[in-house]
Amino acid sequence: MGEHILSWMTFFPVIGAAVIAFIPSERKEIIKTVAAAAAAIPLVLAVQLYIGFDRGTSAFQFVEHYTWIKSFHIEYFMGVDGLSVPMMLLTALLSFICIIASWRIDKAVKGYFALFLILETGMFGVFSALDFFLFYVFWEVMLLPMYFLIGIWGGPRREYAAIKFFLYTLAGSVLMLLAMIAFYLNVSDPVTGGHTFNMLHMFNQANHSEWLQLTNVRHLIWLGLFIGFAIKVPIVPFHTWLPDAHVEAPTAVSVILAGVLLKMGTYGILRISYPMLPDAAQWFAYPMVILGAINILYGAFCAMAQTDMKKLVAYSSVSHMGYVLLGMGAMCKVGVDLQSAQAAINGAVFQMFNHGTITAMMFLGVGVIYDRAHHREINGFGGLGMQMPVYTSFFSFALFAALGLPGLSGFISEAMIFMGTFPAYRTVAMVSALGIVIGAAYVLWMLQRVFLGPKNDKYDSLPDINAREMFTLVPIGIIVLLLGVYPMPVLNLMKVSLTNLIKVVAG
Amino acid sequence: MELLNLNIPSWSDLAYWRPEAILCGTFLAALLGDLIGRGRRPAISFVISVFGLITAGAYSVAAVLHGGAAHTIMGDLIIVDGMAAFFRLLFILAGLATVLFSWTAEEIMGRKRENKAEFFYLTVLMTAAMMVMAEARDLLMLFLSMEAVGLVSYVMAGYMRTSLRSTEASLKYVIFGAVSSGIMLYGLSLLYGMTGAMTFDGIRAGLLAGEVNGLSLLITVILILAGMSYKIAAVPFHFWCPDVYEGAPTPVAAIFSVGPKAAGFALMIRFFYTTLAAGADPSASAPLIELINWPLLMAVIAAVTMTYGNLVALRQLNVKRMLAYSSISHVGYLLMGFVLLTDAGLAAILFYLAVYTLMNLGAFFVVVALNNHIKSEELDDYAGIGFRAPWLGTMMVIFLASLTGVPPFAGFAGKFYVFTAVMDRQWFWLAILAALNSVVGLYYYFRVVKAMFLTRPAEGADTTPLKIHWLQYTVLAVLAVPTLVLGFWFGPLKVLADQAIGLLSTGM
Repeated sequence: MGEHILSWMTFFPVIGAAVIAFIPSERKEIIKTVAAAAAAIPLVLAVQLYIGFDRGTSAFQFVEHYTWIKSFHIEYFMGVDGLSVPMMLLTALLSFICIIASWRIDKAVKGYFALFLILETGMFGVFSALDFFLFYVFWEVMLLPMYFLIGIWGGPRREYAAIKFFLYTLAGSVLMLLAMIAFYLNVSDPVTGGHTFNMLHMFNQANHSEWLQLTNVRHLIWLGLFIGFAIKVPIVPFHTWLPDAHVEAPTAVSVILAGVLLKMGTYGILRISYPMLPDAAQWFAYPMVILGAINILYGAFCAMAQTDMKKLVAYSSVSHMGYVLLGMGAMCKVGVDLQSAQAAINGAVFQMFNHGTITAMMFLGVGVIYDRAHHREINGFGGLGMQMPVYTSFFSFALFAALGLPGLSGFISEAMIFMGTFPAYRTVAMVSALGIVIGAAYVLWMLQRVFLGPKNDKYDSLPDINAREMFTLVPIGIIVLLLGVYPMPVLNLMKVSLTNLIKVVAG
Repeated sequence: MELLNLNIPSWSDLAYWRPEAILCGTFLAALLGDLIGRGRRPAISFVISVFGLITAGAYSVAAVLHGGAAHTIMGDLIIVDGMAAFFRLLFILAGLATVLFSWTAEEIMGRKRENKAEFFYLTVLMTAAMMVMAEARDLLMLFLSMEAVGLVSYVMAGYMRTSLRSTEASLKYVIFGAVSSGIMLYGLSLLYGMTGAMTFDGIRAGLLAGEVNGLSLLITVILILAGMSYKIAAVPFHFWCPDVYEGAPTPVAAIFSVGPKAAGFALMIRFFYTTLAAGADPSASAPLIELINWPLLMAVIAAVTMTYGNLVALRQLNVKRMLAYSSISHVGYLLMGFVLLTDAGLAAILFYLAVYTLMNLGAFFVVVALNNHIKSEELDDYAGIGFRAPWLGTMMVIFLASLTGVPPFAGFAGKFYVFTAVMDRQWFWLAILAALNSVVGLYYYFRVVKAMFLTRPAEGADTTPLKIHWLQYTVLAVLAVPTLVLGFWFGPLKVLADQAIGLLSTGM
């Protein structure tokens, strides 16, 4: 598997899904075991990827390059750099954990795990595709499984949430499709002179046609791409699908949605928009940080107003993704010193990774209590700390990580982002920093209402967290703690590639 | 200046016309078989029809394999070239799938039906007539073949003689058909008056040679377009379409939604491409297209058709009616390929038609299969049906997702090709409108998916698994597998479509 490690990671889950399709639906344990195995192998390969990845170069590694559809110049082109490797690791880890966390699914088991594995294939594909068409196909492949996962296994308003998610994302992706075709028709392959979908050719401005060099055209294409990605992030005002989808989705799907799918939006901007349209990225730097600040504050205020634990975590995601935008915007400002830009963008990508792990813990934690009490009303609990001490400590750990407690990974990435943003956009950075205070407020307030205070007699019989649930939470917890103390294992992965990105965008 | 060509048809012409000849023979044989069986042995006609269609299909494939040189036959009225070969295969696929699937369709084979066999040989006859539509190169043949398809369609729409809806559908079809044919005929006569020629290339030569008044050419083109728009159900000549689809038995609606439409597109491609566009000499054609502002005319028709079809489909609660309006919107997407009459655009139409045939037939067939059991096409009655027939439901999801245009399904490849062709010539507003339209499409297509999988059936509703006939599963799989595979691997079909159009331009 050494040479085709990315392809194996990407397609192993879908092979697992195909196997599951032929297992009789009564054999639930076998189906679950096959699913776990199909998600475990990419995780092992991800470790191999982590070990084998050369941290010293910004070039794409583990490259696989084949002709796919010749008449449209479409290639099967996979490869990873320092931006994609952390995302691949995150995807592999969270997918496996989510399969384990889904063990109690009892309805249409076969469909659930098959769809989940197809979803995993789509995620790996997005993070490793280097052909725009291939990227787009993987991007869209995820929609159908996600629709069903929310729509069939979700909560009471699942039908509404599922189609809303689908409509929003598709609306964004058709704009991306048009932008992609515009690129296809206006970028020439330097070797053959024909059209191309090869992203590396699209990165090279010398291959762009005259029409594509017009400023207005570039800005319009940028906006098309941006809306497509912004819906996924989601950037306010395109965020309204997110709370609905999160509240209705089953726990494991929420974890994937917040942990990986949201990252695809920011990943898309960094992978596609920035290098292909660097001048438009500079043009959009200020709007980007403003949108980031709005995301941070708006998400945090909304989170404070929620009475549903899951909705609170959902809005906290909106808020936390705002930090990523802040760092991404600050990086593009012309004239900022390299060090600040590096802090900003490394912080942003690191924040993508950290938010993936931390928010996964929070959603898993909410899932634990929901499985027992069958509701998520913040005001309906109280004093759970006495009833479920182990669970309380795990969940508090996740919440402290979310509010950015020093010593946990979220603190490092947020600090880096502010260090980078402050020299570039002082006022915005100062205003955004308020988000941390509000973040602490909603987190602590929830902690207090749910776990502290007088014990609610209704929940005298709730059992504490069990071994399987611990198994899902502990690995993530270790990573959060470890990266909070020593972040270099992840920062080293991306540093060179991101420095190269700064050179491309901000010159 | 000749009314009829002097080239006398000879028996040797039949060598290039074997599939058509076989289908005509099949029709007669199946008709005789029905008479011998006194109308009580539909199996005779069914077997003859299937056999005939397969044989004709084999000959069509052989004709493709043996090279694509164009042959003008039957006294220069007919041309057999790459595009004709492409459409032959398409029509035979649609005809064969429909005949096979209808064998177990209650609406055709139900106990109370009297004229069961009729459906099979009429489908064969329609297939033959549609092939001729794709081959006509003369105004006379153009009109005759269109009317032949129309006549068969009227009978098929009224297949359920005792049903009020069905007879109403048939009557509506006849009246609309007669009016639009009349309008078109008037346009054709004007064209003949302007050029004095009946063959398409003769018309082209006449238009290029003489001083053509732009306004009169525009009026002529619009009149002719009226007749053709009726055939493909483009706005504003679509009114018959939903009523006919709803009134006619679903298998009939299925073949109506793909066959005559594709034939209409074939005719339009050959007619307008030869008379107005490139032909042998691309440079000379630009004035004609510009004279009548063809691109804008077509872009507006396409935009209105797709948007109208989509918006009305949003409000339908009957799946058949929804599919009818959705097919109107697909005509809009297809018409985008006509905007510039470029090779890429026309090849995109062919590509999309092939894909559309697979997915739309599939969606209609699922409706037929469900109608066998639940006797309804109302959305509400579909609740939870996906869990009663999981494979059928999965295939319906494939067809509907493909109709929406989501990768990795064939419908996406079709849209991608059409969009690329249009954007290549900078028609951005049209591409953006079409892209947004496909988002609208998602909503109504997935309302069916929602009913089938997401909605829980009412208390006490039947939840027993449905038994679907193996023949239906086979036909559906034959449609669903390419719908999926062509989403990943559409290179060969693209090459086929490009070749068909390439041979069209050199074959004149």
